[in-house]
Amino acid sequence: MAVPDTGMSRRLVNWARAKSPWITVYNSGACNACDIEIIACLMPRFDVERFGILVKGSPRHADILIVTGHVTLKQASRLRRVWEQMPEPKYVIAMGACGAAGGVFHGLYHMMACVDCVVPVDVYVAGCPPRPDEIINAVVTCLNLMAEDAAHGGKEWRRKKPATGADTEGKSCTVIP
Amino acid sequence: MPEVVVSIGPQHPALKEPVNFKVIADGEKIVRLELDLSYNHRGIEKAAEQRNFIRVLPLLERVCGICSHSHATVFSKGIEEIMGLSIPPRAQYIRTIIAELERMHSHLLWLGVAAHVIGFNTLFMWTWRDREAVQDTLEEMSGNRVHYGMNEIGGVRRDLTPAQVEAALARLPVLEERIKKYVEMVNSEETMLIRFRDVGKMSREEALKYGAVGPTARASGVDYDVRRDDPYLAYAEVPWNVITDTHGDVYGRTRVRVGELWESTQIVRYCLENLPAGPIRVDAPKTAPKGEILSRYEAPRGELAHFIRTNGTDKVERVDIRTPTLANWTSVAVCLVNQNIADIPVIVAAIDPCLSCTSRLTVVNRVDKVGR
Repeated sequence: MAVPDTGMSRRLVNWARAKSPWITVYNSGACNACDIEIIACLMPRFDVERFGILVKGSPRHADILIVTGHVTLKQASRLRRVWEQMPEPKYVIAMGACGAAGGVFHGLYHMMACVDCVVPVDVYVAGCPPRPDEIINAVVTCLNLMAEDAAHGGKEWRRKKPATGADTEGKSCTVIP
Repeated sequence: MPEVVVSIGPQHPALKEPVNFKVIADGEKIVRLELDLSYNHRGIEKAAEQRNFIRVLPLLERVCGICSHSHATVFSKGIEEIMGLSIPPRAQYIRTIIAELERMHSHLLWLGVAAHVIGFNTLFMWTWRDREAVQDTLEEMSGNRVHYGMNEIGGVRRDLTPAQVEAALARLPVLEERIKKYVEMVNSEETMLIRFRDVGKMSREEALKYGAVGPTARASGVDYDVRRDDPYLAYAEVPWNVITDTHGDVYGRTRVRVGELWESTQIVRYCLENLPAGPIRVDAPKTAPKGEILSRYEAPRGELAHFIRTNGTDKVERVDIRTPTLANWTSVAVCLVNQNIADIPVIVAAIDPCLSCTSRLTVVNRVDKVGR
């Protein structure tokens, strides 16, 4: 659909997306701890639905993909396929120590080096597992990122930004084609 | 009618974890089930051989996020037996308290998920709300909601203060009241009775033949519980009952789990009230003598066994993990035959599957870095 970037309808879409992010969770080889904490987020104590955050089963309906845990070799191509099925603009949150660098499983024989080797990650959450409030915080961070990207005309602008963090050169990870 | 293969997973709205079912169906009836479980295989058994006893416990806790205390306890129990250590009673009681709190959170979680798969989301919300009380207690005692890190070889790492004991005891009456309500609901709530009764039936003979364990077996009338038949920790000193049921269907499994919830609250109460004084750990040697042991434990899902072989160093030579879900999958494949396709989620959920525990084996092509 050809919508002008600054048009009324685009602004409406951006507004609606930020007010009701739909999430899909993919267990790419986690120990279940992250998964149960995500479900705990949906429950009366934390109740993320009051923010419009809804967990959907199908990646085709989702704005944000939460990858729980590191990625096993067997799951890598499946995770990539799930990510490809999501509509643009799509965002990825990698959960926990495993999502960031493999955590306690770093370097085992059936592991990818990191989630970022398979799908591009936008937000990392620390913890083993992260507490539900940290997960909500990550989603909110992701929403801010979305708003920032939308204001600059899409996700592309971040790639053009000069890197501020650590240099990623020489990172030894295999990218799934 | 010709047979049709329905493939479900590894990513599917009805699944909480990656598993692949190939259901061979004739119309609405299931003829056969083929499973692929190994999506979450991580190679923990191999990694455990390369880490010393201090570093291996956090790794083994992460076999499963729901029964993390079970894996750490069964391993340290085995190593302590090889080393010939005797653990102070206070440590045994603290381990028991954490174990039973873990069983409560796991069963409440299960009851919620089972209600969710039959579309009874109100109960899903209720049980998970009550589960937060258990999580709070666990967090107060151990500092973490999910991976507690309480165990070490020779005892536990954290002591319980009187304030923690008091806070835990204060939460128990509320939980007991809620659990009483669940017992009543399971027996009278029409929504649950319709979907649970006569679904996934398994006789006592079948349960024994296919090696079902835990609540799945006890619901079919198999009177077996490691906590009573091979007592460990403080279970021999605590008064409690093994819950069995004769229905053999999903209804029976629900009744057993809800009954166990009640027993768990009573065990926790007894242990908190009769917490012995004394040290919480003994100094363990760095290395273990040469030996072999099969350490058993009643995890929330059933009998968990670690086979441990040591060779006189500070690492294990081999650790083999037999998780309860692995033992229960065969019984699921049997239960599903001749049932409706729509009943797959509830029958599978009835064994409380934990795929992270179960992924013990996979085929890896190291050259192409592909898992099959």
